[in-house]
Amino acid sequence: MSERVYVFPLFERFWHWAQAILIMLLLVTGFEVHGTYRLLGFERAVDTHTVVAWTLVGLWVFAIFWHFTTGEWKQYIPTLTKVDAMIRYYVWGIFTDAPHPFRLTRLQKHNPLQRLAYLGVMTFIGPLLWVTGWLYLFYASWPAWGLERYLSLEWVSFFHTAGAFMMLLFLIAHLYLITTGHTVFSHLKAMFTGWEETD
Amino acid sequence: MTRRTESRSGTGRLAAWLLAGAAGLLHAAAFASTADHSQFKQLQQTFGSGPAVTTVCLECHARAADEVMASKHWTWSFPDPHSGKQLGKQNVLTSFSLGIQSNNPTCNACHIGYGWKDNSFDFTAKENVDCLVCHDTTGAYRKGTGMAGHPPVAGMALPEGTKPVDLADVAQNVGKTSRDTCGTCHFHGGGGDGVKHGDLDTSLTAPDKEVDVHMDALGLDFACTECHKTTDHQVAGSRYALTAKDPHGALMRGKDDGRNPATCQACHGNTPHKAARLDRHADKLACQTCHIPEYARGGIATKLTWDWSAAGRRDSHGQPLLTRDDHGRIVYDAKKGAFSYGEDVVPDYFWFNGKVEHLTVSDRIDPAKPVPLNRFEGSADDGESRIWPFKVMRAVQPYDRVHLTMLKAHTTGNDEDSYGRDFDWHRAIARGMKDAGKPFSGEFGFVETEMSWPITHMVAPKEQALSCVACHGAQSRLAGVPGIHVPGHHGHGWLDKLGWWLAGLTLLGVVAHGAGRAFAHRKGVRK
Repeated sequence: MSERVYVFPLFERFWHWAQAILIMLLLVTGFEVHGTYRLLGFERAVDTHTVVAWTLVGLWVFAIFWHFTTGEWKQYIPTLTKVDAMIRYYVWGIFTDAPHPFRLTRLQKHNPLQRLAYLGVMTFIGPLLWVTGWLYLFYASWPAWGLERYLSLEWVSFFHTAGAFMMLLFLIAHLYLITTGHTVFSHLKAMFTGWEETD
Repeated sequence: MTRRTESRSGTGRLAAWLLAGAAGLLHAAAFASTADHSQFKQLQQTFGSGPAVTTVCLECHARAADEVMASKHWTWSFPDPHSGKQLGKQNVLTSFSLGIQSNNPTCNACHIGYGWKDNSFDFTAKENVDCLVCHDTTGAYRKGTGMAGHPPVAGMALPEGTKPVDLADVAQNVGKTSRDTCGTCHFHGGGGDGVKHGDLDTSLTAPDKEVDVHMDALGLDFACTECHKTTDHQVAGSRYALTAKDPHGALMRGKDDGRNPATCQACHGNTPHKAARLDRHADKLACQTCHIPEYARGGIATKLTWDWSAAGRRDSHGQPLLTRDDHGRIVYDAKKGAFSYGEDVVPDYFWFNGKVEHLTVSDRIDPAKPVPLNRFEGSADDGESRIWPFKVMRAVQPYDRVHLTMLKAHTTGNDEDSYGRDFDWHRAIARGMKDAGKPFSGEFGFVETEMSWPITHMVAPKEQALSCVACHGAQSRLAGVPGIHVPGHHGHGWLDKLGWWLAGLTLLGVVAHGAGRAFAHRKGVRK
């Protein structure tokens, strides 16, 4: 018999989906700016990328505020407990219908691998993209800010691209792993309704 | 007053011309001098020669000749501050003429003087200064072909069909210089309309806005001197002393801070764009690089190649060959060789720091590879350079196999040494080098040459400036220019490969994992 737990409040769901759309738009336009393909045309790709990036910045301001006022930031405190069990589950257990080693609650809504992955996205991949993206956007101001001597557009672009690839890898893995819930669509459903089904 | 007209095609152009003519009349009226030269007694006489007019001009404009004689327009010589070499038309080589000394009577039709037919020309005789070629407003003044700068005047022995110039009428209607007067020579460099520069031709006589946003005859209607600000007959903004970068604000009127007034920044400043991102481009790019998307945009082709070694062919009747292409352009002339032309040509781009090295006839060359007749210096990291657009002229021309120098040749006129009469390169070269006072071993060959010409006129309206993708794309105009990272064109080599490989592997991994789950699940269901 499965239980239902309310894990994703309305704002979190809004944040998640808005962010999902924005990040995918950034990937699509970003790789066009990078020269990987032609879709919107370079100029429109740059303009769209810029607008979307600022929108994401705005969203994050709210998200950071929300995380700290609600204490939800604690959901991302990393732990190694049961990480080995999680890995064993994905490598083996999931094929043999073994029980999920992690039991989700309102206070612990992410399994240990999710905690690590999301923490990595929010404290490493995100900031890497943000810092390099801002430097990219404000390339014109480098001389005024005294940065001209320390930076080159090529390296800023390099690390921004590296961050983009990391985000792309995360996205692929994430899109797949949401199918590994109680049923194939239960994680996805939870992200819309807020209610997660558990074993 | 009438304006000089050149044959142009298309009714649209004709209409533009008529309008431009009307605008020109108003323009001239608005800027007319307070002195009406037609009232002056001294000018109400029949002039038998150009110097006779100059003598009268100098009665009032007493210092004018001294000023002109201090200019490159007069000396055709320019001491290069960078190399110490003497440059100027007397000294440098081009692909378009093989040296001026033996060809003075023809070449010097564009000298700002009268009578420079050989080395005996008196560069100190004030009456030899040609005031009219620059100050004519009638459009009727012209210097005769092969007359060493003299205009054809009634009473002279003139070639049949040559119409004499009424010097009194021209003198009574003198005025400011104009695109027409400057263009008399500068539009026809290299021996014909648009031949040499690629960004200067008679389409700029009365251009529309698309051809040149500043000279637009119905718009801003700039004269050349609007940018090439001239004081004391010294014209600012020479090809020999280009300002490669000018990272300053607009010039203030009357403030003499030693800057070149002919740069774009002299009026527009260094941050003219709405977007700071575009302004930022200016620390790598010259304004011209984006704002002159192509050269020879006015409907007149410029010469791109010239093979002198192909000259001298005759047809089956023994007559010198002359061949035209579908546009009526001469593509082969037995007296000159074979040519090719281009319109709306995409420039070449390279770094330029303001220093130009010109090959002179005394410099040694390496005939194993194309010889650069000039070399624009610059690099990404010298702090002085910008990426500029250039026309690159490619030619095949004679060199001395023993001395390993380029050669001058007598290619004009109809005397026994002129190449065009007997097609004898040996005699033509011997004469050219003798008149230039340079040695010739007697053995000559032909070598490929390249000569670069900076593109700075024919500025398009901003809507027609290059779009981002012209450079920021797989096909980039700046492909091959060293020391720049162009997003959208330059990727990140191994990072891109690694990134896509990892993305592919991840995708493959999750598909395999999912397939495994599906498989296990089906088995489990059956069990």
